[in-house]
Amino acid sequence: MSMGMIGLRLAGITRRFPGPRAKPVLDGIDLDVAPGTFLALIGPSGVGKTTLLRIVAGLDHGFTGTIAWSEARRPRIGMVFQEARLVPWLSIIDNLLLVADESARDEAMALLAEVELAGCETVLPAQLSGGMQRRAALARALLAKPDLLLLDEPLISLDRACAGRLRTRLAAYWHAHRPTVLLVTHDLQEAVDLAGRIVALAPDSGRIMLDRRIDIPAPRDPAHPAVAALLGELRDLARDWPMPPTPAAETAEDYFTGTGALRSVG
Amino acid sequence: MKLAAAIDAPSFGWLKLELPSLVVLALLWQAVAMLVGDPVLLPTPVATVMAGYDHLMAGDLLFNLGITLLRVAVAFVLAMVIGGAIGIALGRSPALDRLFGGWLSVALNMPALVTIVLCYVWFGLSETAAIVAVTVNKAPTIAAITRESARAIDRPLLEMSQVFAVPRLRVLRKIVLPQLAPSFIASARAGLALTWKIVLVVELLGRPNGVGFQIRTFFNYFDIAGILAYSLAFIGIVLAIERFLIQPIERRVGRWRQV
Repeated sequence: MSMGMIGLRLAGITRRFPGPRAKPVLDGIDLDVAPGTFLALIGPSGVGKTTLLRIVAGLDHGFTGTIAWSEARRPRIGMVFQEARLVPWLSIIDNLLLVADESARDEAMALLAEVELAGCETVLPAQLSGGMQRRAALARALLAKPDLLLLDEPLISLDRACAGRLRTRLAAYWHAHRPTVLLVTHDLQEAVDLAGRIVALAPDSGRIMLDRRIDIPAPRDPAHPAVAALLGELRDLARDWPMPPTPAAETAEDYFTGTGALRSVG
Repeated sequence: MKLAAAIDAPSFGWLKLELPSLVVLALLWQAVAMLVGDPVLLPTPVATVMAGYDHLMAGDLLFNLGITLLRVAVAFVLAMVIGGAIGIALGRSPALDRLFGGWLSVALNMPALVTIVLCYVWFGLSETAAIVAVTVNKAPTIAAITRESARAIDRPLLEMSQVFAVPRLRVLRKIVLPQLAPSFIASARAGLALTWKIVLVVELLGRPNGVGFQIRTFFNYFDIAGILAYSLAFIGIVLAIERFLIQPIERRVGRWRQV
C-alpha cells in the first residue's frame, strides 16, 4: 500500500440551498467511511450526491454538520468532476502535470496510456472528444496519488467497451493503491462491479435509504447469485428514480480520433 | 507546426487597403492646404515631410523622439505592473474591492492635467515628477480593465486547482495569468496610445526636451510644419509598435482559442 489510508466521518451533514424549496437537499447525513473503502453513492438525479461530494472536497461551505478525517492531516484528494475541467490552453500532459511535479512526467505518460490516450500528450483539450477529455481528467485524478478519490460519474458518456475496460483498470488501481473512493454513479451495474459498499440517497428526504456492504471480492461475476440478487434489489429500488438523460456516448470515431487529435499544434 | 506558423506569420494584407486609404487622406490634406493657400497656417504634406527631413538631418528629431519614447516606455511599464497588480487584487478579493473600489473611481476620474500640475508642484520640474505623473494617470485605467477580467476568471478551474491543492504560484502562472493576458494586452494597447499623449503634455508643461517640449517651441515660433512633422513621426512609431509588437503578442496569446 503506497498511500497513507485515510477514512472520513460525516456527522449530521445538512445542506439547504436558498430558494422556495423548503426541504434541505441533504438532511443530517451520517456516514462513516473506513480507510480504503470503495464506496458507491447512488440515488436519483438531484438528490444531492454531487453536493455531498463537493462538501467532502471542501468546495461547498454552506452546510452544517462536521467532517472528520481518520488522520490528523487533510487527505490528498484526486477528483473527477462531472465536466472534465481541463485547462483549455495547456496540452493534455501539462494538464496532468498541473497536479504533480515535473518529475512525474513518465508516470503521467503511463497513466495516459492506461486511459487509452497514448499519443494525445501534446494536443489541447479542445482537440479531443468529450469522452477523451473525461479520460484525461481521470488520469489527472490518479496522478495526484490521492488518499481520497472523488469520482462524479467518471465513466459516463464513454464508449461502452472503453467504459468496461476503464472500470477494470479502476478496480485494479484501487486494489494496488487502496485509496478511499467515493464514486457517484447512476450505473447500478458499475456500482455493483466496483464498490465494496453501496449507499443510496433517498429521493426527496435528503437521507440515506440504503447502506449495503458487498463482501464478494471484485472482479465480481455477474452470474454469482449474491451479486445478481443485489443488482436485482438495487434495480427494484431505483425503478421510480428520475434519472438524467443519458448523454450521447462516444462514437467509435470519437474514441479513436477525437474531434481533431490528428491536427497538429505548435 | 503548420498551424502555428500560419498564425505567427505577420499579415501584410493591410498594404492592400489601408495604405491606399492613407494616400487618399494625404491627398485630401494636400487639397485643403491648397485651398487655404497659406503655407504657414497649413503646410502641405510635402512641405511637412520636407520639414521633417530637415529636423531629421539636424538631429533634433531623433533625439527628442528617443527621449519621449524612453519616458513612454518607463511610465508604460510602471503603469502596467502597478495597475495590473491592483486590478488582480481588487478583482480576486471582494473585500478589497469594497474597501478600495471607491478610490479607484476617484483616480479614474482625476483629470490628467491636475495630476501633472500637482506632481510638478510637489516633486519639482524633474524627470521623476514626469514619470510619476504619467504612471498615476495611466495605472487606474489598467487596474479597472484588469479587475474586470480578474473577476471573470473561470471558477470551475479554480475549484479544480483548490481540490488538487495545486501550489498558489502554479495556479497564478498556469491558470490565472493566461486568462488575464487578453485583457492585459487590450489594456496595453489602449494604454500605449493614452500614455504617449499624456507624456507630450507632461513634456510641454515642464521638461527641457522631448516631443512635447519641441512642440511648445514650434508653437512659440508659429512653426506649424514642425509641429505636424513631429506628430507624424511619432504617430508612425507608435503605430509600428502596435502593429509589429503588440498585435503579434496578442495573436500568440489567443492561439489556443483558434484550435
